[in-house]
Amino acid sequence: MTEKEIFEILKEKFCETIIEFVEAEAGENYIKVNPLEIDKVCSFLFIDNILQFDSLMNLSAVDDANGEKKTEEDGSFEYIGGTLSVFYHLESTDKRHKITLGTTVEKDKPDVVSVTDVWEHANWHEREAFDLLGINFLNHPDLRRILMPYDWDAGYPLRKDYKDPDYYQGMKVPY
Amino acid sequence: MGLLDKQFADNNIIITKVDDLLNWARLSSLWQIGFGLACCAIEMMATSASHYDFDRFGVIPRPSPRQSDVIIVSGTVTLKMAIRIKRLYEQMPDPKYVISMGSCSNCGGPYWEHGYHVLKGVDRIIPVDVYVPGCPPRPEALLEGLMKLQEKIRHESLVKKSA
Repeated sequence: MTEKEIFEILKEKFCETIIEFVEAEAGENYIKVNPLEIDKVCSFLFIDNILQFDSLMNLSAVDDANGEKKTEEDGSFEYIGGTLSVFYHLESTDKRHKITLGTTVEKDKPDVVSVTDVWEHANWHEREAFDLLGINFLNHPDLRRILMPYDWDAGYPLRKDYKDPDYYQGMKVPY
Repeated sequence: MGLLDKQFADNNIIITKVDDLLNWARLSSLWQIGFGLACCAIEMMATSASHYDFDRFGVIPRPSPRQSDVIIVSGTVTLKMAIRIKRLYEQMPDPKYVISMGSCSNCGGPYWEHGYHVLKGVDRIIPVDVYVPGCPPRPEALLEGLMKLQEKIRHESLVKKSA
């Protein structure tokens, strides 16, 4: 099944939840979904007999770096506003088709509904996205840091305006 | 060797200084803690294996910090790992020595600027005796580093505090 056909099926079933089909200039096309309804869409993709997306190949997040850039005198900068995106790369091992879902959230309120109920292995993927970009997955059973230390309080390292802390547990961090 | 240069008296008695004897004993059986962090650890294992044969210097991996003399910090020291390394070091009995192996543990290496998770040099948490440069260092370089450490131990003294 092609991406377009899958998009038509989803659009018919979920209406406004499915926002648009994004034709990427580079990379993969993806279907843009409402972040607060993505669990329902994924659940349907998993259960439906024609689609059977049984495998979440990868879940990744990205800082879109599209906020208003405010540069300080010392060269450091921060973004006011802006968005974060989460991408879901799905595959059906039986039907041999693939699809990419994407969702975009405001940096000030990065709430996305967890898909751990659909694919159990999304658990650690979502913890990674939370750890490095601070995406708050609602209904996640165990949302804590996975790579950085549990007591890390300097923010989310892969955000574009992340700044190293001076010290962590008495150890100097910058070079 | 320093120790055997001294004269032999009768009845197989060797006359030497306590310093020399202790230093010789220490430098001839440096047990390293069985511990590796990243790609440098692969080179360290290669050094331990038959071709380069660390054992000919008396270096064998010892899986307990309480029975080891030297810790070879072989690889990227993340902030999370740094706390554990410090604890391992503190569990080792004196005299204890540290070899920092590779660019990462010397100064952060390729992670020096954007490595938000990397400690920029293991010497920020434990005192280092020998730095071995390289990314990763060849086994020959690690052997050279070990021989430098042996040289350092050879000139230690019980009464004089070494640097």
